[in-house]
Amino acid sequence: MHNVNGNLYYININTNFARNTNEVDMKILVPVKRAIDYNVKVKVKADESNVDLANVKMSINPFCEIAVEEAIRLKESGIATEIVVVSIGTLACVEQIRTALALGADRGVHIQTDAELDSLQIAKLLKTVVDKESPDLVILGKQAIDSDNNQTGQMLAALTNMGQGTFASKVAVADGQVAVTREIDGGLQTVSLTLPAIVTTDLRLNEPRYASLPNIMKAKRKPIETIDADMLGVNLTSNVSLLKVSAPAQRSGGVKVADVAELVAKLKTEAKVIS
Amino acid sequence: MSILIYAEHDNKELKSETAKLVHAASQIGEDIDVLVAGHDCAAVAQAAANISGVSRVLVADASCYEYQLAENISGLVVELADGYSHILAAATTTGKNFMPRVAALKDVAQISDIIAVESADTFVRPIYAGNAIATVQSSDQLKVMTVRASAFDSATLGNAAPIEALTQAHDAGLSSFVSAELTVSERPELTAASVIISGGRGMQNGDNFALLNGIADKLGAAIGASRAAVDAGFVPNDMQVGQTGKIVAPQLYIAVGISGAIQHLAGMKDSKVIVAINKDEEAPIFQVADYGLVGDLFDILPQLEAAL
Ligand SMILES: Cc1cc2nc3c(=O)[nH]c(=O)nc-3n(C[C@H](O)[C@H](O)[C@H](O)COP(=O)(O)OP(=O)(O)OC[C@H]3O[C@@H](n4cnc5c(N)ncnc54)[C@H](O)[C@@H]3O)c2cc1C
Repeated sequence: MHNVNGNLYYININTNFARNTNEVDMKILVPVKRAIDYNVKVKVKADESNVDLANVKMSINPFCEIAVEEAIRLKESGIATEIVVVSIGTLACVEQIRTALALGADRGVHIQTDAELDSLQIAKLLKTVVDKESPDLVILGKQAIDSDNNQTGQMLAALTNMGQGTFASKVAVADGQVAVTREIDGGLQTVSLTLPAIVTTDLRLNEPRYASLPNIMKAKRKPIETIDADMLGVNLTSNVSLLKVSAPAQRSGGVKVADVAELVAKLKTEAKVIS
Repeated sequence: MSILIYAEHDNKELKSETAKLVHAASQIGEDIDVLVAGHDCAAVAQAAANISGVSRVLVADASCYEYQLAENISGLVVELADGYSHILAAATTTGKNFMPRVAALKDVAQISDIIAVESADTFVRPIYAGNAIATVQSSDQLKVMTVRASAFDSATLGNAAPIEALTQAHDAGLSSFVSAELTVSERPELTAASVIISGGRGMQNGDNFALLNGIADKLGAAIGASRAAVDAGFVPNDMQVGQTGKIVAPQLYIAVGISGAIQHLAGMKDSKVIVAINKDEEAPIFQVADYGLVGDLFDILPQLEAAL
């Protein structure tokens, strides 16, 4: 008796498991930011009011691109079923949404606003999307290479009361949990989060693919929903004002030394940094 | 002005960032508390109490704080927040992880990675990988900020601030620690070292990083790396210096086989003296180097070790 029951029980677990992995929908939300291309060296405006972005090449923030790629890989491996990308900003952000759709996301949401927003307002706007879409996983870049803030994912996690796996170099989803290996100052740390959860990407999580021409064409037909940010009931005024943006102190290139002996002598007697 | 500083530590040792944050905080106001959140971290609290300028050390010692999980730590800090005008944490992977949660829960902005204090509400921070420097002013009642410790001197030691135990244990139940792979090294930590020697893609493989060991030993240096060297698997991720790695400002930074991409420069260009060793005389690293040596690193490194 006992044995037979045990066996039946075992089989039951297996069928449940199969249902979990194959039939349950898993939706991933990927917020992406339109940012200066990482190859461009930004210049400060002469009046020091801000940086000069006129006619500068813009792209998907590199960390966001890694987030899109991770979502696509989770879909390709049969774990995720739908990928929604969302971008907040001017009309121009549609370009970055299209890029993400060409890479493999299924549909886009554009929250349109011309306002300069802080991470907190962005997180609040993203929360409205999370409330509506109920994703199982939100994957964001850990920071944008313009403001270098490294805040939005953590703020969204706080506002939605989700666990967070930041600076991820590995993401493994199984059984309603996600294990995230994080790049920390001392090395690597792995945490386990109950889904739904927030992940922010570090550089070594994956190497993003390039969009193929057929996929770029196909992306033109994928749906993008446009929402006016003012209609979402979020206060969009920031309490932080930008007083000034200046160029960093320039280091003047120094001298070339002829050999190791001259280098060591200069470090000892001129720079006095070694003894 | 009442300021709370989150202590940077690993339960055993107080890290050098904390005394630098106390110095930064002293430019804002005089009433400075330090929070030590961890497990079995009494020694850390003792060390924090020794920093001049600290009024009180608060210790939250509980198993749910052992790994400083953001979900738990943010709950603790939010509960303490009401008594303070400013909350500061180092811009380390710990501070960057939990502080934005605190800011969001308190419904205020976070100011990340400040490098200077202009006044109690105005701060300076690098943007665009340090290619621009922003001065920002916050009108939030509570200012939540991370601090680039390398931009500040250390407060002195020699104090005996009172230590108070906190009893709150905030276990959010949203996350759990699974494992850690921490790099064990006898060398100084990158962010605390006064001399750093870093290798890049030019090192060709992980074994060749051994060429840096002898030099590092002689100089008491930490060893760092470029992203390319980390991505290629030569060395572990915690050695990466740059925009998205560690930000360092040692007395002496020696870049070996590193081209000098803006993202790497963002992490080291505030070093006092920079030396570049590169076989390409056009490499951009030479534009920031005080002393440049053009040549093959495989010839130069053994000579350098012998000459020191
Ligand atoms: C979003 C983003 C974030 C980034 N963050 C960082 C970061 O935090 N840190 C970082 O370092 N990079 C970062 N990067 C990468 C950065 O752009 C560069 O790709 C990287 O710094 C290059 O590393 P490298 O200088 O070692 O390699 P390379 O650029 O390939 O340079 C190798 C150098 O070695 C020299 N060399 C080769 N052989 C020898 C020899 N035998 N003797 C002497 N010299 C030799 C070559 O002349 C060359 O100059 C980031 C990039 C992006 C997009």
